Amino acid sequence: MSIAHFYALVGVGLISLGLYALIVHAHLLRKILAINVMGSGIFLLLVALAKRTGTALPDPVPHAMVITGIVVAVSATALALTLMLKLSAQTGCAELPDDEKE
Amino acid sequence: METVMVAWMFDSLLGLGLLWLAWQSLACSDLFKAIVLFIAFGLLMALAWVRLEAPDVALAEAAIGAGLTGALLMVALAQLQSIETNGDAAVATVKKGHCIRPLQWLLLIALSLMATGLGYVIISFPAHVPGLSTAVATHLEASGVSNPVTAVLLNFRGYDTLLELVVLLLALLGVWSLGGTVPQQTTTPAPLVLEALTRLLVPMLILTAAYLLWVGAHAPGGAFQAGSVLAAAGVLLLLIGRHPRAALMALPLRLILVLGPATFVAMAVVTMLIEGALLKFPPEHAGKLILLLETTAMLSIGATLAALFLGGRRHTDKEHS
Repeated sequence: MSIAHFYALVGVGLISLGLYALIVHAHLLRKILAINVMGSGIFLLLVALAKRTGTALPDPVPHAMVITGIVVAVSATALALTLMLKLSAQTGCAELPDDEKE
Repeated sequence: METVMVAWMFDSLLGLGLLWLAWQSLACSDLFKAIVLFIAFGLLMALAWVRLEAPDVALAEAAIGAGLTGALLMVALAQLQSIETNGDAAVATVKKGHCIRPLQWLLLIALSLMATGLGYVIISFPAHVPGLSTAVATHLEASGVSNPVTAVLLNFRGYDTLLELVVLLLALLGVWSLGGTVPQQTTTPAPLVLEALTRLLVPMLILTAAYLLWVGAHAPGGAFQAGSVLAAAGVLLLLIGRHPRAALMALPLRLILVLGPATFVAMAVVTMLIEGALLKFPPEHAGKLILLLETTAMLSIGATLAALFLGGRRHTDKEHS
C-alpha cells in the first residue's frame, strides 16, 4: 500500500464519520461541522489519488479542483450558519422540527 | 530505509490524528470544544496536504479551512448562545437520544459496508496513473505561467474559477437577503494586545497577499490564497471594532465584490470574440492576462469572505430603518 492509498483510505474514514454524524446529530451546528468533515474527506481522497502519477509531480488538475472546493465550502458554510441563526432566532431552537413527534 | 520508516510513522500518526480529531469534534457534547477541535483538524489537514505534495492546497486550507471557517463558526456559536439565553432556555437544550437505537445500529452497519466498499475500490486502484498531468505538462509552456496549479485554475479550466467566483457572490447575496446575522453589540473596547497585534499584522498580511499573488505564477500561491489572507486581515480589523463606514459599505464595497467576476466575464466575452473559444488566451499575452484576472479575483475573494464574516449590512440596514 502506497502513501496515496493510505491517505485515500483516511479520506474514506472521514467521509463515513461525517455522514454518520450528519444523520445522527440533531443540532444544526453539528450538522454543519459534519458536512465540513465530509468535504475534507472527499478533498483528501481526490488529492491522494492525484499523487499516483508515478513521477515526482502529482496531477495538478485535482489540486485546482480542491482549492476551488475549499473556497466554495467556506461560502456554503457561511450561508448555512446564517440560515441556522435565522431559524433559531425564530423558533428558539437550533434543530429542525421532528415530524414523527408532531 | 530508516527515512521510509519515519515517514510511515508520521503518516500513520497524522492519519489517525485526523480521524480522532474529526470523531472528537463531532461526538463531544460541548459545541465550543467541537469548534476548537475542528480548527485543529483543519491545521492537521494542511499538514496532510504538504505530505501529499499539494502545497497550493495546503496554503488555501491553512488560511480558509482552519482560519476563516473557524472564525465563522465561533461567531455563529456566540450569536446562537445569545439567542438561546434570550429565548426559552428549555426549548433550546439539546435533546438527547434523537435517533431510535435499532435504526442507529442499522445506519452504523450500512455506513461500515459503504466504507468497506469504498476502501476496497481504492485498494484495487492501480498504483500508477498519469491522469491529466502529462496533458498539463505538455501545454504548460503556452499557459503563460509555470505553476501547473495556477495554469489549470486560470487558463485550462478558467470557467471553473469564473463560476466559483459567482458561487461566492451568490452565497454572500444569500446571507444578505436573509438580513444577515444579528449584529453584535460590542460596547467593550477590543483587548489591548489584540489591537496592537492587529495594527502590526494587517500591513504584513496585505504584503503577504501581494507576494502570494505574484509568486503564484511560478510557485505555490495564487488568487485564492492571497484573497483569503486579505480576508483574514479584514476579519482582524472587524474583530477590533474597525467597522467600515456606511458610505464605504454601499457602493465601493459592491464594486469590489463584482470586480473579479465582472473582469472574468468581460475577459471570457473578449476571448470568445477574438480567439473563438471561452477564456482561451493567446500564449504571448497569457501571463499578463492571468495576472490581471488574479488581481481582481483576489480583491473580490478577500472582500466577499470578509463580508461573509461581517454578515448583514448593519450600517446600511440602520439607514433604512
